[in-house]
Amino acid sequence: MDNRYSCFFSDMGFLNVAISFIIGISTLIMIRIFYVVYRSSKPLYSRPPGTLSTLIILGSGGHTAEMINLLAVMQMDRFKPRYYIAAATDNMSLQKARVLEDSLPDKAEVELVGTSQFMQIYRSREVGQSYVTSVGTTLIALSHALWLMIKIRPQVILCNGPGTCVPLCVIAFVFKVLGIRWSSIFYVESIARVRRLSLSGLLLYKLRMADQLFVQWPQLKSKYPRANYVGLFQVANFRLYWTSEETEVANHRIFQIKYD
Amino acid sequence: MFKSSCLLIISCSEKVKQKIGEYRMGESHDSVKSKRIVFVTVGTTCFDSLVRAVDTQESTGEDGSLSVDYFTFSSSIAEYLKSASLVISHAGSGSIFETLRLKKPLIVVVNEDLMDNHQSELAEELAERNHLFCVFPQTLYQTISGMDLGSLVAYQPGDATPVANFINRFLGFNDE
Repeated sequence: MDNRYSCFFSDMGFLNVAISFIIGISTLIMIRIFYVVYRSSKPLYSRPPGTLSTLIILGSGGHTAEMINLLAVMQMDRFKPRYYIAAATDNMSLQKARVLEDSLPDKAEVELVGTSQFMQIYRSREVGQSYVTSVGTTLIALSHALWLMIKIRPQVILCNGPGTCVPLCVIAFVFKVLGIRWSSIFYVESIARVRRLSLSGLLLYKLRMADQLFVQWPQLKSKYPRANYVGLFQVANFRLYWTSEETEVANHRIFQIKYD
Repeated sequence: MFKSSCLLIISCSEKVKQKIGEYRMGESHDSVKSKRIVFVTVGTTCFDSLVRAVDTQESTGEDGSLSVDYFTFSSSIAEYLKSASLVISHAGSGSIFETLRLKKPLIVVVNEDLMDNHQSELAEELAERNHLFCVFPQTLYQTISGMDLGSLVAYQPGDATPVANFINRFLGFNDE
């Protein structure tokens, strides 16, 4: 009897066992992924949770402005600790986030407990960078994103479009599948997108990685039925002095006209 | 195109400014207030065709009596927008909404040289809703000559609260 079984295994060989093992694991992972996608589309908690750690991904210019508009109407005491990530070469976004944080009523609590943190992430590719070096920088950016996500492990992610959000959301999705951390990913498409989704939005929509995706124009809602149409909300009443013009040019001369 | 009582303020690239040559300063500050101001902005982009369309001989008057001021960058254009009676802008959503919020008449010029010009979608949609005029650099002159600013409808700023409410409900925070 024993002989027969030992013959069976030695005939099969280690390779076949390994293949069966891989197929088995892959099936389990696929089932887990389907479950994660299914569960993500449903409201999360039946009872109000306590506070939720939140990651806010900032992009340059208009992206940051729209994100600040949204944050201004959210109850910040529910979403803490807050982590802001902006690209390493984007200097103005984190400044604006700091201005927002400083303006919050519970400012004292922010300083004491340190519920907000500001971080920068490497970009995969700068504008005009050659594609050859982009491979290297993308790998660096991905490792950096992974490192930040391991440190932060947020429960909520808010993003609205910049390229920096895709690697972070993908990593968050992987964390969900592996059971490391369940993050609710909310993606708000920019108001400038009327008929087509941006590339980031399209990726997250098609791959079903965002729990909920919001669009601001009805045309997008008809084209992407799983999106949520929330109307236009650019420009809230929040009095934040932000600029619609930012430049990364090193030399600029400012020629201002003073009115008395 | 613009009456000589206008002050034209153009935000453009350094390259264009140098190409045009010296900048022609406005007159003394006392008379600035009595002028109507047209503010032209290209945001952070390179949109030389717009600047050329605006700064032609016919637009600035044969006798060069139109005062023109240039700058390349300002950290905030809010003050310029507030004092303008007409704004001509590229199709950036930031510029557009900043201007609409101040309820200024706005002409958006679409830059055909841009690849993947998704910006024009926004300008066209808002133009269809009569919040602004949407043109190309070549048609700027005709539009300004023939436009009726009274046909513009004010833009009602939206509000991000529905998104916040949705997120709250989704996460289980019950407010009602």
